[in-house]
Amino acid sequence: MPARTVLSSDDIDRAVTRIAHEILEANTALQKSGTSNLIILGIPTRGVLLAERIAKVIARNEPGTDLSQLLGRLDITMYRDDLAINPTRQVTETLIPNQGIDDKVVVLVDDVLFSGRTIRAALDALNDFGRPRAVKLAVLVDRGHRELPIRADFVGKNLPTAREERIRVQLTESDLENSVVIES
Amino acid sequence: MIKYLLSAGDLTRDQTIEILDIAEGMADVNEREIKKLPTLRGKTVVNLFFEDSTRTRISFELAAKRLSADVINFSAKGSSVSKGESLKDTAQTLEAMGADAVVIRHPASGTANVLAHSNWINGAIVNAGDGTHEHPTQALLDAFTMRKRIHGSNSKGKALDGLKVAIVGDVLHSRVARSNLLLLNTLGAEVHFVAPPTLLPANPSNWKATLHFSLDETLQVEKPDVVMMLRVQAERMNASFFPSEREYARIWGFNADRLKTLKPSAFLMHPGPMNRGLEIDAISADSPQSTVLEQVANGVSVRMAVLYSLLSGERAADVK
Amino acid sequence: MSNSFVLKNVVIGDGVATDIQIEGDKIVAIGAGLVAAESIDCSGLVALPGFVDLHTHLREPGFEQSETVLTGTQAAAMGGFTAVHAMANTSPVADTAGVVEQVAALGREAGYADVYPIGAVTVGLEGKQLAELGAMANSKAQVRVFSDDGKCVHDPVLMRRALEYVKAFGGVIAQHAQEPRLTEGAQMNEGAVSAELGLTGWPAVAEESIIARDVLLAEHVGSRVHICHLSTAGSVEIVRWAKARGIQVTAEVTPHHLLLTDELVRSYDAVYKVNPPLRTAADVVALREALIDGTIDIIATDHAPHPIEAKDCEWSAAAFGMLGLETAASIAQDVLIDSGKSSWARLAEVLSLNPAKIGGDTDQGQGLIAGAFANIALIDPKVKRAVVADSVSKSKNSPYIGLELPGKVIHTIYRGYFTVRDGLLAETGRN
Repeated sequence: MPARTVLSSDDIDRAVTRIAHEILEANTALQKSGTSNLIILGIPTRGVLLAERIAKVIARNEPGTDLSQLLGRLDITMYRDDLAINPTRQVTETLIPNQGIDDKVVVLVDDVLFSGRTIRAALDALNDFGRPRAVKLAVLVDRGHRELPIRADFVGKNLPTAREERIRVQLTESDLENSVVIES
Repeated sequence: MIKYLLSAGDLTRDQTIEILDIAEGMADVNEREIKKLPTLRGKTVVNLFFEDSTRTRISFELAAKRLSADVINFSAKGSSVSKGESLKDTAQTLEAMGADAVVIRHPASGTANVLAHSNWINGAIVNAGDGTHEHPTQALLDAFTMRKRIHGSNSKGKALDGLKVAIVGDVLHSRVARSNLLLLNTLGAEVHFVAPPTLLPANPSNWKATLHFSLDETLQVEKPDVVMMLRVQAERMNASFFPSEREYARIWGFNADRLKTLKPSAFLMHPGPMNRGLEIDAISADSPQSTVLEQVANGVSVRMAVLYSLLSGERAADVK
Repeated sequence: MSNSFVLKNVVIGDGVATDIQIEGDKIVAIGAGLVAAESIDCSGLVALPGFVDLHTHLREPGFEQSETVLTGTQAAAMGGFTAVHAMANTSPVADTAGVVEQVAALGREAGYADVYPIGAVTVGLEGKQLAELGAMANSKAQVRVFSDDGKCVHDPVLMRRALEYVKAFGGVIAQHAQEPRLTEGAQMNEGAVSAELGLTGWPAVAEESIIARDVLLAEHVGSRVHICHLSTAGSVEIVRWAKARGIQVTAEVTPHHLLLTDELVRSYDAVYKVNPPLRTAADVVALREALIDGTIDIIATDHAPHPIEAKDCEWSAAAFGMLGLETAASIAQDVLIDSGKSSWARLAEVLSLNPAKIGGDTDQGQGLIAGAFANIALIDPKVKRAVVADSVSKSKNSPYIGLELPGKVIHTIYRGYFTVRDGLLAETGRN
């Protein structure tokens, strides 16, 4: 399977840092309360890792940020619309900072934005935890081919792909290296 | 993964742990304010109960509803051949109505198996207790409860290796005992059955368990981590399995004195409903060591996990 | 049209090929080079005396949805049988001269095999009061075998009286050995498998205790007793002991108890539900040995047809019983011949000579000799056949469907008439 690296380790770091700053800027424009009303939720598996990285950058740049109130994870397994055609998936933990999401700005983080169905499921899941003031979406890679009217607010890289191609995001927390690879 | 849950023995160790882990996730949902997931939206789950069991039925009903499935409760009393509709006709009717899963409780052993192998129904089938054969979701919720008591929030991925479980009472007629035996074996626990000789099978040679007649001796010598009391069914009482309720309670019932002999970490289980004063006394049943209410709560989470596991991926093979 | 033909090159017993000449309803000559108007090549076929089943449920009158005398005897013919003994648990029960004469008449009308009605021992099979055994014996049906099969004559006094009473006309009591209290609600063999499956056990001791009692009773009153469908190793031991002691006891085993075990019940498929239940592999071994060494005298089918709805249901709601007529010879061949442990002569004894002797059937089980009635089964022992659901019997509850069994009945000749020819059933009976 021919593979081509489209983002290097450095590219990923730069993208994460940029997204973090963009989130902060947008948040400041939206609310004056600093990061105390901001929540970053990663979508398993690699969205959780990216959310962690983004939250750490935010915490570094905004002194006084309580990481435990900023960062969480949102499992969307039970909200998927492809139950019948996929094998049983293991449910992972959902962790919502204990301040809750009501009236907060929630940023969902995922690695690749493709059909949009995962984000649709995440929005449904979020709905069961409360009513955020606004929901934003950050992704490392937007590869196009949307099947739903969903777009990302913060994008690491727009990557035009063919539908059959596979995008593999690797992060050292779970893989051997940091990279984004296209396999065709 | 699987389409039928007929026997606790149908599950491999990995499958069992997977279901218990999914149940952990479901338990989190049951803590939320909105205790509902859209997972089984548009699916129809039929509770087909040929035997009264309000507890088991509402547990399955709640599990299905929390996953957004449509639930139909179908109660059919009495033997199917002597009066009314046959099992086959009932099953084919449910199939025609488009049941995606059938949860069946029946007084005759093996009926869930008959249903599963009949081609009358294409949907998933869960055995919710068949005669004196099995009750696999009860064993799953018992294992879940044990894991939770021992490992707390670190339960995920864990089995029950080396755990010593004493199951006490009417083993011969107990579907709970049979399912627990198989599941506990799968999870690496050590099973001890304690019963009057009349309430043990005549030939238990296929059972991976140690049999005891004396409860006190078992408690002293084996020092079990878990003691599970079985319900004594009313119909056994007048069939010479034991001389009197009083004698049974004295020799095989769990009471405050026996509770004192348990090691501090040990706990006491009962599948409910309890005959207080017969197989268990009030002090034991209401003690901190008793897991009775945890078992009920965990029942819903485990049944959610089972329904989810059986109903997901049903067309996965066609897509691949 | 005179009935005269020669079966060419048949193998008789364990010997060499020869010819059998038949005129009318009799065998007239056996030997090489026989000639008649018609000659039928039977190369490779083993000729055996027509089989006699001492234990058949023909279901008529009363349960014609399961089987009739006609369909049951047709199934018998397909299995190489030329005589069947029809069990008494019909509706009405065969406990009067009227009913047994009716069954016998239906058998003659059908013309596929001799039908010997078995009379009930007690009125309505209820185990309370002796039926009119003498009236049935003296009726046109000339009943010699009496049985409450399906139920045990469990009252020891009643059993003693019955054993004594039938001596008056050379009858025999065929006991269904099942202690009723020990088998209340019983669903399968009590053992390791029943413990796992949670089905109420039918313990071996419930059969063995009755057999022990009855052989002692038979000894005490000097009667003969026949034990139906022996199913346990312990029963074999008791019968062996009784025979060594000189007690006049005979015993039968069913084909299914010679082949199948209680492991099959794990499927909860009610086709394996039978009474007495399928036992363990150790019991099967003991029964096979006992059939070979003569402790067990005969194979009897206990052919028990049931309609689909009686089996297509929960195990505990299903009826007891399985088909057996069309497959019995194959299982006998498996046990006696293909095992290398016995002979065709023994097979002829257990399927023809002995049951006819026990049942007092003078026209049957005469062996293949000149002057005997031409009751002959011709088997191709080399054929392997896969048993399919399609059956001549009105019911389909065969436990062998999907199995491959050895041997096939090619021709059945009943009193000189081909009830089965080239594996096909005759369209009409002998009349």
